[in-house]
Amino acid sequence: MAAPYQLGQVLPLSLDPHNLPKYALFTVLRLFMAMAFALLFTFTIGTFAAKNKRAASIIIPCIDVLQSVPVIGLLSITVVGFIKLFHGSRLGPEAAAIFAVFTAQVWNIVLSFYQSLCSVPLELKEAADMFHLSAWQRFWRVEVPFSVPGLLWNMMLSMSGSWIFLIASESISVNKQTILLPGMGSYLRLAISQSSMTGVLYTIFTLFIVILLYDQLFFRPLLGWSKKFTFEQISQEYVTRSWLAILLQRSSILKYCGNFFEGLGDLFVNFLFLKRAQPLRKAKHMNETTFMILWYVVSAAIIFGSLYLLVQFIARHISLTEIPTVLFLGLITALRVIVVTLICSIIWVPIGVLIGLNRRAAKIVQPVAQFLAAFPTNVLFPIVVILILKFQLNVNIWTTPLMLLGTQWYILFNIIAGASALPEDLKQATANFGVKGWQWWRRLVLPGIFPYWITGTITAVGNCWNTSIIAEVVSWGATTLTATGLGAYIVKQTAIGDFPRVALGMATMSVFVLLMSRLIWRPLYNLAQTRYKLD
Amino acid sequence: MDKQAIFTVKNIRKSFKKAEQQELLVLDDVNFELYEGEIVALLGKSGSGKSTLLRIIAGLSEPSSGTVNYRNQAVRGPVQGMAMVFQNFALLPWLTVLENVELGLEALGIPRDERRTRALKAIDIIGLDGFESAFPKELSGGMRQRVGFARALVVNPDVLLMDEPFSALDVLTADNLKSDLLDLWTAKQTGTRGILFVTHNIEEAVLLANRIIVFNSDPGTIRAELTVDLLYPRAEQEPAFRKVVDQIYALITRQMDEHKKLLYKDQLPRITDIGYRLPDADISELSGLLETLDQSEYQGRISLPELAESLHLDVDALFPLTEVLDILGFAYVSYGELILTDTGKQFANADILERKKIFAAHLLRYVPLAKHIRQVLEERRAAGQRASKDRFLNELEDFLSEKEAERVLRTVIDWGRYAELFAYANNTGMLSLENPN
Repeated sequence: MAAPYQLGQVLPLSLDPHNLPKYALFTVLRLFMAMAFALLFTFTIGTFAAKNKRAASIIIPCIDVLQSVPVIGLLSITVVGFIKLFHGSRLGPEAAAIFAVFTAQVWNIVLSFYQSLCSVPLELKEAADMFHLSAWQRFWRVEVPFSVPGLLWNMMLSMSGSWIFLIASESISVNKQTILLPGMGSYLRLAISQSSMTGVLYTIFTLFIVILLYDQLFFRPLLGWSKKFTFEQISQEYVTRSWLAILLQRSSILKYCGNFFEGLGDLFVNFLFLKRAQPLRKAKHMNETTFMILWYVVSAAIIFGSLYLLVQFIARHISLTEIPTVLFLGLITALRVIVVTLICSIIWVPIGVLIGLNRRAAKIVQPVAQFLAAFPTNVLFPIVVILILKFQLNVNIWTTPLMLLGTQWYILFNIIAGASALPEDLKQATANFGVKGWQWWRRLVLPGIFPYWITGTITAVGNCWNTSIIAEVVSWGATTLTATGLGAYIVKQTAIGDFPRVALGMATMSVFVLLMSRLIWRPLYNLAQTRYKLD
Repeated sequence: MDKQAIFTVKNIRKSFKKAEQQELLVLDDVNFELYEGEIVALLGKSGSGKSTLLRIIAGLSEPSSGTVNYRNQAVRGPVQGMAMVFQNFALLPWLTVLENVELGLEALGIPRDERRTRALKAIDIIGLDGFESAFPKELSGGMRQRVGFARALVVNPDVLLMDEPFSALDVLTADNLKSDLLDLWTAKQTGTRGILFVTHNIEEAVLLANRIIVFNSDPGTIRAELTVDLLYPRAEQEPAFRKVVDQIYALITRQMDEHKKLLYKDQLPRITDIGYRLPDADISELSGLLETLDQSEYQGRISLPELAESLHLDVDALFPLTEVLDILGFAYVSYGELILTDTGKQFANADILERKKIFAAHLLRYVPLAKHIRQVLEERRAAGQRASKDRFLNELEDFLSEKEAERVLRTVIDWGRYAELFAYANNTGMLSLENPN
């Protein structure tokens, strides 16, 4: 991967199916490398934030914003930076692709870890103090295990969500050039540009296999394993037992390996150099309040300073008259996102509830929905494009389902989880009083699944915004379909390398996402947590 | 008996800082020693600061002033030689029983093989044989606390600190564990030289301790000290045992009598101010207690130990109820007896609507906070006779900690809703005079 590389150079790629295993391997490697970096980032930055209140007061709001910003649009800017950084090596675009996937994965993982660290029960902390655990031992014996269930669940969600960006980030059009990294994403791009239906089908087939393996060999066993770490008995109905875990538990190989790893883990946790007793309390010396004020002033200065620079950068190149146009494009995309969410809900709420109420059906459908959520839908885009071309459909309307394809599963599997979590006694009570039909939906089911619906919807909406950057411009062979919208605007400006306009588009999208989150989703979420939570 | 002190607690004061200059005093001028070969119980109501004191001794929490000296060294953080057993066990659910017991040894840097041998031995002693590879989730509460004991004892502590170690267990399990602990102690199977434990259960203190330190609450101070010379094993039915228990009840209620004398004026039930820490008491519990008192077998008068026994309540659950009855003028405590008043009798015999009326009248008369809320709402004619809960919360926070203010207001709102003095909408946090349709 360290071969010399220049922007514009075309890496040899071919549609020969014999290359598929190799390409799939590259793609998966990128995914896992991004995850490794995300974990490293989580363990350092998340821990830092949890241990230092002052740091947290800056880091956490930043992460909160970053997780709602559609990071895929940043790819164009970062790729230039990375190519310069690794001057002339192929590591540049590789790093950019991995970075893009990293930014798609990391934020919710850090937040979950931070929240777990902050909610380690006092008694456990006291026990750790009482038995003189060093900071290192405490981290691996108490803090990390405590956060494992949340951490793993978020890692899995992130990985599922990032497949689509992985595919997109392997082939980037930036500054009138197209960079193609060997992998499934580039294979797909090549197949599209050559109008090769077989190529597209090969991609779909390969990714299906890869994600099936990932789901069965990685996702499910890990989720099953994470149950061991739940502190209280919270039932995770929507996690099914993994056949692999059962198989491993029954075999004696695991026992042998287990002993080996236990020994290794033991050495790691009790690593001698990091064994140090807790420091004794010292008298407080610094004037806390002055320091706090200073800290906030400095951080505010940095944040507003960089915002100012961004505005300057945009304003120097773009006239103010363009801003209303961009805002209008943002509104169109926002409308698309809302319509998609509504359509998803109308379709999947009744179906999800019916499935969720039937324990056997839920058991079968739930893993399938989780699997489908991981499947990168941009692979299916060519098929939709062909249909649009064939039936001469309206591009602005019919590219919208592309956003729906990927995001609907988040709503579906949350609804299933919610419906199966409806308490048996409530169902019996309503049946006993003869509550039926619309009243049954209005009084029991809809309020009962509301918290789950809102959780699913928030994830789905985040995905929708991200997907809009991929889904508003689609092509087949020499034909490119462009819908009106902010996503298409960003893609267009990226391709011609107009960075001020890319920045303007990204900033506008971020503002839209943040406003919608603060004004619609957050209040609804709070309402769900206070009023509709069943426990 | 050589009276060598293991640790000395000197002039301990602890207050929690609240916003601007306000302090909530939790412990005030506490002095005592733990001598070698002693089991000492810290006995008091919940919220009397005894758990805070235990944590200060353990080095988990810092006193505002005063010192703790352990073996002639100031305690400035968790010290080697003290081990703690926690109320809710504090076991790591992701570690097996064996790994949990090994935790303290691991922290000491003891090699793996030695750790294992010692942990297995401790597990053996504490009666957990066969559960080594189980996870805490698979165990019952009693077994979990056994792991807690094994974990503490395996590091061979000089002092064992226990924070209400039996309160999360059912009665039978707790008895079983207590007698096992005493067996270990009397057989001197461990290197432990002293035990200090916190409890609110009088019988438990008398069963285990050589010395009982009775705590006053608000702020926590030492009320009295009592030596218990009974031989182990002690039996709750023995007259000598009962005598000690009655003695302690008398001690605690005399404290309440004196407290009351300060507040009673002209023989009227006391007028508490707005910031009074109203205890938690459920209306149905209060009514139930009054009905019990009114039963023919008691004739409106019952001794507290008897009451505690017949209702299966311990001090912690019983005293808030008696205190509220006292505040409202339905019953009062005198020399270890709870006595029903005339209005109390009237209440016990009334029907639901009548009860609400009596309760409302007494609430307005004796609980200034309830009266205050009602007045504010009445004055707010222009604003639709509504007021936000936060408004009252802010007022209360001048007197109480945030958590306490929240609790007290919740209690008064509950009472006020029952008495139909005012209505409350939980989702908006608004108090109002009108009832929702």
